[in-house]
Amino acid sequence: MSRQELLNPGGLRIDGRRATELRKIKCKPSVLRQADGSAYIEQGNTKCLAAVYGPREPRLKSQIIHDKANINVELSYAPFSTSERKRRAKTDKRILEIASAVKQTFEPVILANLFPRSQIDIYLQILQFDGGTVQICINAATMALIDAGVPMRDYVCACTAGCFDKQPVLDLNNTEESSDSPELTVAILPRSGKVTLLQMESRLHVEKFESVMNLATEGCKAIYKILDKSIRDNMKDATSNMI
Amino acid sequence: MNIEFLFPRTESKERHEHDVEMLEADLEEEDLKREVLTSLNSSDAFLMVTPGQRITSDPQFMKGHGTYHLPPDSMLSAVAGIVEPVNKLILVRPLHTRYTGDIGDLVIGRITEVTQKRWKVDLNSRQDGVLQLSSINLPGGVQRRKTEEDELQMRKFFIEGDLLVAEIHAFFQDGAANLHTRNSKYGKLRNGSFINVPPPLVQRCKTHFHTLPCGIDVILGLNGYIWPIDDSTREKIARVCNCINALSQNFVYINDTAIIYAYDASLKFHVRELRRLDVIDEIMSIVVAKVASSKTGFFQ
Repeated sequence: MSRQELLNPGGLRIDGRRATELRKIKCKPSVLRQADGSAYIEQGNTKCLAAVYGPREPRLKSQIIHDKANINVELSYAPFSTSERKRRAKTDKRILEIASAVKQTFEPVILANLFPRSQIDIYLQILQFDGGTVQICINAATMALIDAGVPMRDYVCACTAGCFDKQPVLDLNNTEESSDSPELTVAILPRSGKVTLLQMESRLHVEKFESVMNLATEGCKAIYKILDKSIRDNMKDATSNMI
Repeated sequence: MNIEFLFPRTESKERHEHDVEMLEADLEEEDLKREVLTSLNSSDAFLMVTPGQRITSDPQFMKGHGTYHLPPDSMLSAVAGIVEPVNKLILVRPLHTRYTGDIGDLVIGRITEVTQKRWKVDLNSRQDGVLQLSSINLPGGVQRRKTEEDELQMRKFFIEGDLLVAEIHAFFQDGAANLHTRNSKYGKLRNGSFINVPPPLVQRCKTHFHTLPCGIDVILGLNGYIWPIDDSTREKIARVCNCINALSQNFVYINDTAIIYAYDASLKFHVRELRRLDVIDEIMSIVVAKVASSKTGFFQ
């Protein structure tokens, strides 16, 4: 059989997780001194570094929006991030598409009208890749934006979910993503439950859609708890000398 | 004839009374703050919030910076920070943020662009500030109208990359700061070193020009840019820089007292050792203890 078995009869996946289990998340805000805000996050073997600069003076006059801040997202993969070492051009269409998805996710959430004629730069770098680029980019950018003190309506938490033979599964890794099973990426505002991003590039039976969507939403809420704890712990540490 | 002596009240006593008065005012303010925080269901002395967290749905409070309104009646936090009530106004102050200026603030900036009749100045703010040709003092202290000839010679006063100390004079419609240097204390910065700290750590004081006992002058810009000056030795500047960096890494308010404490505590180390984390921790534990015991009031 050429196709790998994604879910074994015992209900375990390739990396030993159960169907509704997230990969292990490690995160830390304020990792870079130079940036206004930064964050490092690991979801299993996918690792991402985010840096936020701004709101600041736009580098190009053409980027000025006179009644709100311009949000600029740049994504890059480190050459050593995948098993095959290769340098990816920043103009790669695939990368630009993900960057623009991240930008569109944050545009309604950031209170950009408070900063007319300014620019907020979000730089994302994937240090190690094992699936779920969009979700990790959104989670890292949320942490970095909060660290930078950029006003936002809420956190934005993203998670993927897929479906193996009628069984909804949470948080796909690279092997699972590369199989021909459908994958759904959801980003929500966890407190209000509003959806800011919903992305699916393959077909999924409409009867299955709801259960997959619900699973991804549950995943987002679990991620939210982890991110919020990390932000609060970091604040407590920083203010221990102040108060 | 009886002669009555009137003893002048000593200055120290006066100041003491003044301090007590201040302390009482502070306490009253603290009580008010505590009251508001209790009404917001916070058991601690301070309330920490993250974006999207409901602060209150009580309509008596007004929303300030770092909050937003969610219909029908909720006030939510927009940033991760600490709630600071000012009477009925509720602000949330984030730990790291860009500088938001006020008129009269003393700032240090770097020239980014020279344009017609004005310089653009980076202020660590959300937009560059503007220094107009008409709001500088000419060298030699001559007071006159700036001519077209001056316009052509603007690069003689400031060129791109120059650092300067200035005051915020006004704001433009779009929120950009309009600076001026019409004071002998303001102008181009030389013979020093540049440090960048989070702006909330520098608080408004009577003066932002300090001379430390070690002979170094320090200018504390409210935008988080700091410039220690010394004409003779680089080593002392380096020590002061490292001390200020250590303070900012540990989130201690940066003022002359804290810098002096850190400098004194650092003297038993070599300057280059001051970048080591264990040394920084040792110095900071001394500084924090001293600052807490000196009751100078800047810990609120």
